Amino acid sequence: MIEVQNLTKRYGSHVAVNNISFKVEEGEILGFLGPNGAGKTTTMNILTGYLSASSGVAKINDFDVLEQPNQAKMNIGYLPEQPPLYLDMTVREYLDFMFDLKKCKLSRQKHIAEICRLVKIETVYGRLIKNLSKGYRQRVGLAQALIGNPPVLIMDEPTVGLDPKQIIEIRSLIKSLGKNHTVILSSHILQEIEAVCDRIIIINNGVLIADDTASNLAKKNSSDRRLILRVAGEEDEVFTVLNRVPGAKNVTSHGEKESGVFEFSIEPDEDIDIRREVSARISARNWAIMGMQSMEMTLEEVFIALTREQYVNVKPKKGGRSK
Amino acid sequence: MSAIFRREFKAFFTSPVGFVVVAIVFLFTGFFFTTFNIYNLSPDLSYVFSSLFPVTLIILPLLTMRLFSDEKRMKTDQVLLTSPVSIGGIILGKFFAAFLAFALSLILMIVFAMIIAFQVTPDWAVIIGNYLGILLVGGLVISIGLLISSVTESQLIAAIGTLAISFILLLVDGLAAMLNVPFLITIVDFLSVSQRYSSFTSGLIAYDDIIFFLSMQALFLFLTARVLDKKRWS
Repeated sequence: MIEVQNLTKRYGSHVAVNNISFKVEEGEILGFLGPNGAGKTTTMNILTGYLSASSGVAKINDFDVLEQPNQAKMNIGYLPEQPPLYLDMTVREYLDFMFDLKKCKLSRQKHIAEICRLVKIETVYGRLIKNLSKGYRQRVGLAQALIGNPPVLIMDEPTVGLDPKQIIEIRSLIKSLGKNHTVILSSHILQEIEAVCDRIIIINNGVLIADDTASNLAKKNSSDRRLILRVAGEEDEVFTVLNRVPGAKNVTSHGEKESGVFEFSIEPDEDIDIRREVSARISARNWAIMGMQSMEMTLEEVFIALTREQYVNVKPKKGGRSK
Repeated sequence: MSAIFRREFKAFFTSPVGFVVVAIVFLFTGFFFTTFNIYNLSPDLSYVFSSLFPVTLIILPLLTMRLFSDEKRMKTDQVLLTSPVSIGGIILGKFFAAFLAFALSLILMIVFAMIIAFQVTPDWAVIIGNYLGILLVGGLVISIGLLISSVTESQLIAAIGTLAISFILLLVDGLAAMLNVPFLITIVDFLSVSQRYSSFTSGLIAYDDIIFFLSMQALFLFLTARVLDKKRWS
């Protein structure tokens, strides 16, 4: 559905996007993750045809954004970082205008009413956009992107400025849109990406540094796979029992943490889940497990680890923000 | 293009700008008509038209200043440039919206021509020539205004810049008088907007003048398209 090959964008000597390639399949929700100024917005602006790439190819539904811009744009609904609203229009006028601008062929009344219901802006339909709150403006922006029912939706930080309840609503809306649309969304809120997206692309300093599902990213990048265990029992005896568990290595005792409760850390062999065995052996001796925790990395830790690496390798350049 | 045309035209009259422009032009046409024609009992409308010439130069930047600068400031250009509309379509939509608003402000001239026609037979060639002349000059100023508006995010700079360039085009004749190089005089004469305009005011409708104005408008609209396109590439 979306195909990006060796995309590069230079602003003078500054490289905003550096040789990025990826593909998005139909019906997939892809998350763009990266610190501020990483090149997320620039990439999206190139995909939607707002900016031109310095080199490389971007295709939407097999239409080259550069060669066949109108066909490609027909397939995209775009919600930029700042919703592109004409403040002097009412919501009704604005959506009507967008309907004409996108040369939409669906039944006007029905289609617009349906979108308004979907993003919950029926109550402000007749009001001037100037007088709407940030949350409502964001929704009108989203409504604009949905006009014409384009197969590809590209959203740049769609939940910025919304209150927590609205954020949850918009997230579930995006999830439901993902069922019959291909969605790309960017965010620097990790929980959001994790909650909504099927796949994650991490960009830093214009370079694509990871492209995988959230759980795979966490697995691949975890150097620390230890299991932390708290057991109510005798320290020495527990230690010997744990050492005998098949696949357990480097068992260390961390001493008494509560009265009569000792903490141990175990490093399991790769690809072996030792939790079941540990639990069985502990309960066989009538001890109690007071806590068990595996040290698998969260997406947040993966993100920080990956982006930190980049900062060490690549000197930060001045002026990271894209136009 | 038609969607943009309708939106822009409506926007002129949902904000005070359109009304202010129309009102000011009405005020001046009414004033000139009263002093030149009614008090002097003259059936010649060309005085009114030629007095209107500097008024339109000053008033038209008000119509064009917002057209692109505001889009950029409010980031609404993103929605235009990512919609299945060509850059040429965007520019022409805006151009014709401003042009129609300007033409609307000159509608009072038709009424005045009618008033004269009731009394005597007016010189229709002069009236039509004047009308055509001022519309062509107006179109030129609007196309300059679009270009200046596309290079800045500030409406104020867009208005003042357009005003400055229109005045240079108007005053270029004075420059010709000071030059001694025949070659430069030919160029300045060729570019002289007011000379070409004055042949319209005497009822002379010459093809080369019409083509001059239309090609100048096309040139400025083309440059506007290049400015918008360049922004995507740099």
